[in-house]
Amino acid sequence: MTVDASAPPRRAVVPQPRGTIARQGSVFLSRHSRLRLSLLLSAPLFWLGLVYIAALAALLITALWTVDSFTGQISQTWTVDNIVAVLTGSLYQTVTLRTVGVALLVTIIDIVIALPIAFYMAKVASPRAQRLLVIAILMPLWASYLVKAYAWRSVLSQGGIFEWMMSPFGGHSPGYGLPATIITLSYLWLPYVILPIYAGLERVPDSLLEASADLGGGTWSTLRLVVLPMIWPAIIAGSIFSFSLSLGDYITVNIVGGANQMLGNLVYTNVGAANNLPLAAAIALIPILIIFAYLAAVRRTGALNNL
Amino acid sequence: MTGAQPAIRLTGLTKSFGSVNAVDGVDLDIVAGEFFSMLGPSGSGKTTVLRLIAGFEQPTSGTISLLGQDVTDRAPFDRDVNTVFQDYALFPHMSVLDNVAYGLRVRGVAKRARQEQARQALDTVRLGGFADRKPSQLSGGQRQRVALARATVVQPKVLLLDEPLGALDLKLREQMQVELKELQRNLGITFIFVTHDQQEALTLSDRIAVFNEGRIEQLGTPAEIYERPSSPFVAAFVGTSNIFDDDISRALLGRNGTHSVRPEKISVTTENLPLNADRTAAGVLAEVIYVGSSTQLIVDLDVGTRVVVLEQNDAHRVATNGRGARVTVGWNSSDIVTLAEPALSSHP
Repeated sequence: MTVDASAPPRRAVVPQPRGTIARQGSVFLSRHSRLRLSLLLSAPLFWLGLVYIAALAALLITALWTVDSFTGQISQTWTVDNIVAVLTGSLYQTVTLRTVGVALLVTIIDIVIALPIAFYMAKVASPRAQRLLVIAILMPLWASYLVKAYAWRSVLSQGGIFEWMMSPFGGHSPGYGLPATIITLSYLWLPYVILPIYAGLERVPDSLLEASADLGGGTWSTLRLVVLPMIWPAIIAGSIFSFSLSLGDYITVNIVGGANQMLGNLVYTNVGAANNLPLAAAIALIPILIIFAYLAAVRRTGALNNL
Repeated sequence: MTGAQPAIRLTGLTKSFGSVNAVDGVDLDIVAGEFFSMLGPSGSGKTTVLRLIAGFEQPTSGTISLLGQDVTDRAPFDRDVNTVFQDYALFPHMSVLDNVAYGLRVRGVAKRARQEQARQALDTVRLGGFADRKPSQLSGGQRQRVALARATVVQPKVLLLDEPLGALDLKLREQMQVELKELQRNLGITFIFVTHDQQEALTLSDRIAVFNEGRIEQLGTPAEIYERPSSPFVAAFVGTSNIFDDDISRALLGRNGTHSVRPEKISVTTENLPLNADRTAAGVLAEVIYVGSSTQLIVDLDVGTRVVVLEQNDAHRVATNGRGARVTVGWNSSDIVTLAEPALSSHP
């Protein structure tokens, strides 16, 4: 059983890599890391600068101009009148409060609905059921936003499905108005809240839940002390979606909101019917400021550190 | 069982996953205060038994008693056992101190008291200075010790350890073995230790249960398991064994049945020198492998089998002739272990 060492095994010939131009380029780039970095980043940074920052700057500048009331032309004279009008006008204050209220309610409702669904998907369902549920959650996103908003208009109409279902319990349709807006927006943004929370829960190892139970933690303690703190960044991510999307929405409120207006409607009418682009720009700054404030508040909680 | 109440008693414990019996009718008493190891290859059911004792899985049938109390249907948080997980399962968002204090926190111990106890527990595992760190800032061995402190601070009756040293490198593992043993002695609580590393089980345990295919193959002290394996599986899994089947046993030993002998119980000599052994066999040296403190020799015996011999590397080594040399191997009959009797029992 000794090994015969006299004949070495024959080896296949492995060719050396050829020095093509692409290869030489790769070699050059691998030696010059700064050049590599700047090539990688220049395109996205250009895009970010042009489309995002420049657009925001244009908005701010436009808000500082005014409209000639006779000709309807924008006159590029600097004034803070629009900003002052938006900050002090009671209409804008009311609508801002209403919009923030709607966005907050939609966010809270979505989180409350999303948490158990996401938990079931991530921790209870079989892998197969998990895949089916993800598809089911994503499916509504394939349908047009308008179709879904109109579907809710018909659901909530007088004599609609909602009323038909509620009538045995003595309930009736809320009709068109803010409750209908909140219901519809909650429905529209729910997938955007479920998916990040689901992804966050996926990242919580089962062994942590077992460790908590093992150390004597009941269901409530485990949820409060282990699960919630760990998925807090995911909840925040989901809330940013539902909050900012609700803040800017004006179509849903047009379709199911009755006579109510949100900030988006004010922007829309000022761009269109009122032909006052500077005022519209000044109004549009409100949701931007609110989102900035929201992000700053979230940042203070430390939730963004773990994203 | 007579005497004191067993810490853990398993009766007819069975756990099926679909049609597979991961644990297949295990009966076991674990004595209070002992260091008990469950040893077996992966898939042998040892970890499932541990998870059943912890309460993470529900048995298909059978019962689990903890100090005489039936805990089969109790939730994990309602059992006086704690687990050290294979991946440590430290809470990443909490400081080391909060991790250790967690068990006390959910029991409603006031903040000051629980932090005090957690600090003491950290001191016993020599991590007193690390209380404010996050688990991610610790090394593997330190995380391991945090997990130990966290599980022991709530003073469980039984501590379950699921391959806790598996992720550590060899040097650290050996060091942690010593620490584990000391910790167990100091705390005086029952340790149930799951491992697939036979060396670890032999080093640490008071008693070992060797698992195979969901059953206990052999139960005994490390010496019993190593010196007197009861089956070919145990002989092969725990340490290295030369296993002789029926035919070879007849030719070599003049007995029927399956037998084994440990490599270090065999001595080797070149043919003309005498051996301190009552049975000998001739063969050819096939391989010489130097392993530091000893040398492993592989000998092809003339009767048609191969034996592994382990020789200490001391002054009077004899079999240095190298591969291809004719040698004689020898052993004492008392070192032969009968693993399986022949079908028609006929003792020689």
